[in-house]
Amino acid sequence: MSVPYAKLPAWVDYGLIPLINLAVAFLVAGLVVLAVGESPLRAASLLIEGAFGYGEGIGFTLYYATNFIFTGLAVAVAFHCGLFNIGGEGQAYVAGLGVALPCLWFDAYLPWYVIFPIAILGSAMVGAAWALIPGWLQARRGSHVVITTIMFNFIASSLMVYVLVDVLKPAGSMAPQTRTFAENGQLPRLDWLMSWFGLDIGGAPFNLSFLLALVAAFLVWVLIWRTKLGYEIRTMGFSPKAARYAGVSESRIIIITMMLSGALAGMMALNPIMGDQHSMQLDFVGGAGFVGIAVALMGRSHPVGIVPAGILFGMLYQGGAEISFEMPQISRDMITIIQGLVILFAGALENMFRPAITAFFATMTTARAGKTLPAGE
Amino acid sequence: MEYFDTLIVILQSTVRVSVPLILAALAGLYSERSGIFDIGLEGKMLAAAFAGGAAAAVTGSALIGLAAAIFVSVCLALVHGFASITQRGNQIVSGVAINFIALGATVILGQAWFRQGGRTPQLTGDARFTTVELPFAAEVADVPILGPIYSNLLSGHFVLTYVAFLLVPFTWWVLYRTRFGLRLRAVGENPGAVDTAGISVPWLRYRAVICCGILCGIAGAYLSMAMTAGFVKGMTAGKGFIALAALIFAKWKPINVMFACLLFGFLDAMSIRMQGNPLPLIGEVPVQFMQALPYILTVILLAGFIGKAVPPRAGGVPYVKER
Repeated sequence: MSVPYAKLPAWVDYGLIPLINLAVAFLVAGLVVLAVGESPLRAASLLIEGAFGYGEGIGFTLYYATNFIFTGLAVAVAFHCGLFNIGGEGQAYVAGLGVALPCLWFDAYLPWYVIFPIAILGSAMVGAAWALIPGWLQARRGSHVVITTIMFNFIASSLMVYVLVDVLKPAGSMAPQTRTFAENGQLPRLDWLMSWFGLDIGGAPFNLSFLLALVAAFLVWVLIWRTKLGYEIRTMGFSPKAARYAGVSESRIIIITMMLSGALAGMMALNPIMGDQHSMQLDFVGGAGFVGIAVALMGRSHPVGIVPAGILFGMLYQGGAEISFEMPQISRDMITIIQGLVILFAGALENMFRPAITAFFATMTTARAGKTLPAGE
Repeated sequence: MEYFDTLIVILQSTVRVSVPLILAALAGLYSERSGIFDIGLEGKMLAAAFAGGAAAAVTGSALIGLAAAIFVSVCLALVHGFASITQRGNQIVSGVAINFIALGATVILGQAWFRQGGRTPQLTGDARFTTVELPFAAEVADVPILGPIYSNLLSGHFVLTYVAFLLVPFTWWVLYRTRFGLRLRAVGENPGAVDTAGISVPWLRYRAVICCGILCGIAGAYLSMAMTAGFVKGMTAGKGFIALAALIFAKWKPINVMFACLLFGFLDAMSIRMQGNPLPLIGEVPVQFMQALPYILTVILLAGFIGKAVPPRAGGVPYVKER
């Protein structure tokens, strides 16, 4: 067991093994569907039909995917530095303030294209600030970032309940949410983009922040693989000792990485607040911060993997809602199981099939060598 | 006298809400002391609560429910063990996965089996744990001061409550006075040394993880079969994480764990009590602040501002036998 894993071709390492892990996760999920007494194949076809079968479904799929791309990128950036940011949920929740406050203050005076950049900046800064504290504590006081970010999720949730119920709730209203923003506080929907493809998104809240998510994915790629800071981040994640020898300031990189991660998680708040609900509601993040963990693991922390992984989870969310109409046994909680299984098989057990695959490739190579050998003699 | 009665009521509910925390934190203690970080306490407890509630509802026996709770929790603990000991995977990732699987599976299976929106049927009669009156509880109730303490605070709890509090000294004894405990602590600090002594690191860690599963199982059973009569969707509501916080707050020591859990339980009981009632001197404190206080305290402790919490040195690191 202690032999290091043999080198495999890159397409096996980055293509085949993740796909096998994913397939196993969905296979186990299929068994759960079977245990509940429904047909997994029918569930899968309903899922795909519901997510991609018509314009509105696609709109919703991409709307959910926007959230998951942001949170997935957030988790991935931290992964590159060897940090596990479980706090995306809390960072996004608090960052809602950075979106909602500019909208509440300016929606009577400024057009949306002025408010939008302010809100982007606001959400990123609040998210970064909420991640700064765990980052600082990890870098300077050595407290484990996993534990502190978990604690900060709960603190964020209490804080936001207080803010929404006692501060931002309009007088006379019972619902714990802000007032609805005027038109200037609402992001334009991307129905024109979809109509190029001849699709009608209907009532789906697919909006401009999707494009922002794609831009963010590209910028993350530039940052991690094409800049000095990104190189330092990866060095730190790969070998903190090597980074220290190279003169990289450990605490600086940890703090910056956590802030970047928090900023990305924070920007997720734009999508539901400005793009869909046009107000800040209780628990608007709805677990997207945690889905980000699965998305980052599935996408192997690379933007090229994260965007499709985010869309896949968007598909599960949207399709899952559709399934529950047809199969009342299968509610959206099925996605929570799939999410857990993906995290388990693509994350914790990612090397489970590697020995078998390595052995398979080894026999393949010897078999090929064995065939050519007699000819040589 | 009025203040005293209020105090007794608050302390009584403190004991009630601390029990699952103590059980889960002790569970985490076994695991983390052996070098396996476990943030899946929440998930194991939830799955156990569901299994206990479901089995007790079907069979009508609380003991079978308890056995089912422990069985399911140990199974999940073994999955975590397999991922983090045998497969040398990331222990945090594995714990997160278990939390999600438990959260989703309990609702899906509960809905499929009982069709009550993710609940299990109400437990009645023998299917639920009953409270125990200590001897002479009724007779001494009228004695001033000591009477209420004995008959309201110490008596009238569930068997599992007494089990939880007895497990605290028991865990201390196991950890500091037995060979297993010595090896358990050693494997969490320096697995290489344990291996050199000819003791199997994986087997020792698997046993620790199984202990963790058993205790989480009892904690879950307490939630769904003693504290309330049946499983409700997501009923652990972060208790697993508060237990984790308590474990860190207690610096991974059994007796401290009990006090940390009682403190966090007390804060919880106070926050329920204080809703709308201003405190003397301080004025009205937002309930949310009281709810966040355990987490804030843990963060402050972890930062080293009140003492230093040093985790087991080999925690979170998979053991690779050198060649």
